[in-house]
Amino acid sequence: MSHHTIEAKDLHFVYPDGTVGLDGVSFHIGHGESVALVGANGAGKSTLLMHLNGCLAATQGAMRIGDYPVTAKNLKAVRRTVGMVFQDPDDQLFMPTVFDDVAFGPLNLGLPEAEVELKVMQALETVGATHLRKRPPYKLSGGEKRSVAIAAVLSMSPDILVMDEPSANLDPRSRRRLIQLLKTFEHTKIIATHDLDLAMELCRRTIVLHRGRVTADGPTDEIFQNETLLADSGLEKPLSMQSCPRCGQSCR
Amino acid sequence: MHMADALISPAVGGTMWAATAGLIAYSSRKVKQELDDRKVPLMGVLGAFIFAAQMINFTIPGTGSSGHLGGGMILAILLGPHAAFLTMASILTVQALFFADGGLLALGCNIFNLGFFPCFVAYPLIFKRLVEGRDGQGRIFAGSLAAAIVGLQLGAFGVVLETLFSGVSELPFGTFVLMMQPIHLAIGIVEGLVTAAVVGFVWKARPELVTAAASPAAGRGSLRTVLVALGIVAVLTGGALSWFASANPDGLEWAMFKTSGSEALARPEKGVHASLEKIQEKTAFMPDYGLKTEGGDAQAETEAHSPWPAVSPGTSLAGLVGGILTLLLAGLIGFGLKRRANHTK
Amino acid sequence: MTPPPGGARRMFKIDQNLFDIGRMDTLATGGTPLHRLDPRAKLITTLAFIVAVVSFDKYTLSALIPFFVFPLVMIAGGGLPFAYLLRKVLVVAPFALFVGAFNPLLDREILFRLGGLGISGGWVSYLSILIRFGLTVTAALTLIALTGFNTVCLGLEKLAVPRPFVIQLLFLYRYIFVLTDEAARLVRARSLRVFEASGLGFKPFVSMVGHLLLRTLDRAQRVHLAMRCRGFEGQMPVLRPTHFGLPEVRHIALWVPLFVLMRVYNLPIKLGLWITGFFA
Repeated sequence: MSHHTIEAKDLHFVYPDGTVGLDGVSFHIGHGESVALVGANGAGKSTLLMHLNGCLAATQGAMRIGDYPVTAKNLKAVRRTVGMVFQDPDDQLFMPTVFDDVAFGPLNLGLPEAEVELKVMQALETVGATHLRKRPPYKLSGGEKRSVAIAAVLSMSPDILVMDEPSANLDPRSRRRLIQLLKTFEHTKIIATHDLDLAMELCRRTIVLHRGRVTADGPTDEIFQNETLLADSGLEKPLSMQSCPRCGQSCR
Repeated sequence: MHMADALISPAVGGTMWAATAGLIAYSSRKVKQELDDRKVPLMGVLGAFIFAAQMINFTIPGTGSSGHLGGGMILAILLGPHAAFLTMASILTVQALFFADGGLLALGCNIFNLGFFPCFVAYPLIFKRLVEGRDGQGRIFAGSLAAAIVGLQLGAFGVVLETLFSGVSELPFGTFVLMMQPIHLAIGIVEGLVTAAVVGFVWKARPELVTAAASPAAGRGSLRTVLVALGIVAVLTGGALSWFASANPDGLEWAMFKTSGSEALARPEKGVHASLEKIQEKTAFMPDYGLKTEGGDAQAETEAHSPWPAVSPGTSLAGLVGGILTLLLAGLIGFGLKRRANHTK
Repeated sequence: MTPPPGGARRMFKIDQNLFDIGRMDTLATGGTPLHRLDPRAKLITTLAFIVAVVSFDKYTLSALIPFFVFPLVMIAGGGLPFAYLLRKVLVVAPFALFVGAFNPLLDREILFRLGGLGISGGWVSYLSILIRFGLTVTAALTLIALTGFNTVCLGLEKLAVPRPFVIQLLFLYRYIFVLTDEAARLVRARSLRVFEASGLGFKPFVSMVGHLLLRTLDRAQRVHLAMRCRGFEGQMPVLRPTHFGLPEVRHIALWVPLFVLMRVYNLPIKLGLWITGFFA
């Protein structure tokens, strides 16, 4: 069970052009936890996510996913464990049809055809998109694209789900549906988002990043109450707390 | 500069299809060997970019016409010759299928003219020579400009050759060349400037993207490839040419159709079929429209003088009646099927 | 507010075409037996059709007519909207009209007389171009409308077209929609801020295209990451069972010999002679 955990130790990352992406980030996320990763634009959220499955390699420090340190040698195992849902579904849905796309991961894992089909159908069912399976991705709505992108990751049966701005560009109803869907998942989750209301609903714990450093790490509702902290990190209180702070506290 | 179906003969179209198919197979193998899996999405997305970029036009001062980004050279610079050739081929295929730019028969010619010359000739021999190892903004600008112009000149020359080999050439070779090359020099300069400016823009923002492709490692050995490929093409087109040179006026007709076809028509039932066949032999297969549309009227007119044997009205009437009937019949079959399909629905 | 006319027209053209591509893909989801045929069978027959049609000489008219049976049967059998396809053919027709338009002017030799009217070789060859154009374009369109571009590509792969090229076609097709959208937004955003009918200058043009290119390159990188994250290591897997069975063999065996027959024998002339002979 320990492979559902994530551990970052003093991660540093500097981009080739000299921009500092991460400046000593450390945290530990346990099995089944659901953690929101918040921060202003350029705080280092995406850079951090890229370290979770070895898309970027830390210039200093170490990342561990379960039993494996994230190194070139373990990349395959790590990528199987960590399912990454990208911010723009158009980047992720590159195959001709929804079915092909959801099958892409399992086929790369070398599963037999019958099992691939089973996995694909299960994943599509989970996100309620079986009826879309023959469609080309460009004929999907924003919400449908998001669901399919999630299914494409679920079909690989990851233990950890990593999401970059899952509610970006969704209309209110699609967003609500997404939240309901994510609530049913028992995976360890890391959700990078600007949608603090979504973070409040889905994540008990929040990590705040600012300029490549962790400025806060704790229970979501406490952090979102701390206006100075939020302001320092270029954030604002979630809407649901702004109008009625007392209820906000008791919400979930 | 798309070659149109109507401009070329099936033999030239077929020959260029064969040459292009060979180049696609070769480039595919090369791309596979490069083992750079980044190129898989990069090629696809850049191909789509060429489409998208052509939606953006700039106004050429003082002319009222507009220019946009061409394809081959910028792809070659960003992807290397083999991947760029495949990308260009895919773009032209989609254009032929959906936008009716060119047509299917001319697709081989178009891929060759717009893909082979920029990717396998202008890029390695001009851009790389100018830029290799001494990159700098001026070099990159000059290299892109020169390579784009030369690539387009060669492409235009390809059009000339293909049209000539198609047997259209009542217009003398020299006249045609003098007509095509200067026009495409103008177009080439515009395209070259655009290519150079856009490459320069990318180079300023992300120099590694441009210099990586221009590094000696990328597309190594493409000079030899070019020579080999050119040799093959020369042999192939030479073959096509000699067909034309052969004494038999319709020597180009594909054997299968020729033998059985002439037989069928030669049966001198009422004497008219014989003359019909003569027409076919005289005009043998080569559509000669396109060139005249571009060439001077007068010149072409004086040359369209081959005397036609008169055809008796009987045959024309028969053809007309039969044609209308057949069309009706075909329509009826379709209509009947549709009714049945609707019933079973 | 008006963008340069050339640019707008071209953009409209591309927009319209993309919309059409989408419609074609919807048509391809139909469930008729023709839709269900393995793409290889449809590809082979369509290619044979096109080769047969273009191999006629330039003054052929009547012998081309029977070939209409193929697209008509495909359209009817596949339940495709005839009017829509016809409109699509007409939209691209100006191209053919233009290419052939000079023929009647240049080739004035009287080829035959019909009643008192002399028909010149130019008119005959012009009409022949138009018919040929109509036939080949309709055939290609029905192929796509019955099969869908992606499935056509899979068929190509099964017919030994090199895999990297097929993958390239699929990727290109996938991202055309995404990127033309992006370009259209750029063009629109600009045209909203330009209050005179002035064209786009060279410098802003380069910066627009350059930015689009940079964004494209970034996108390619993200797509690649997304692929790597799902186990991609250079090989594209495609799971698509295809069976080349009896219906496919039947399809080819019916059409290809028919094309040969129609290419070899001028059926309308035969029919017409028979009928006119009957009355004479």
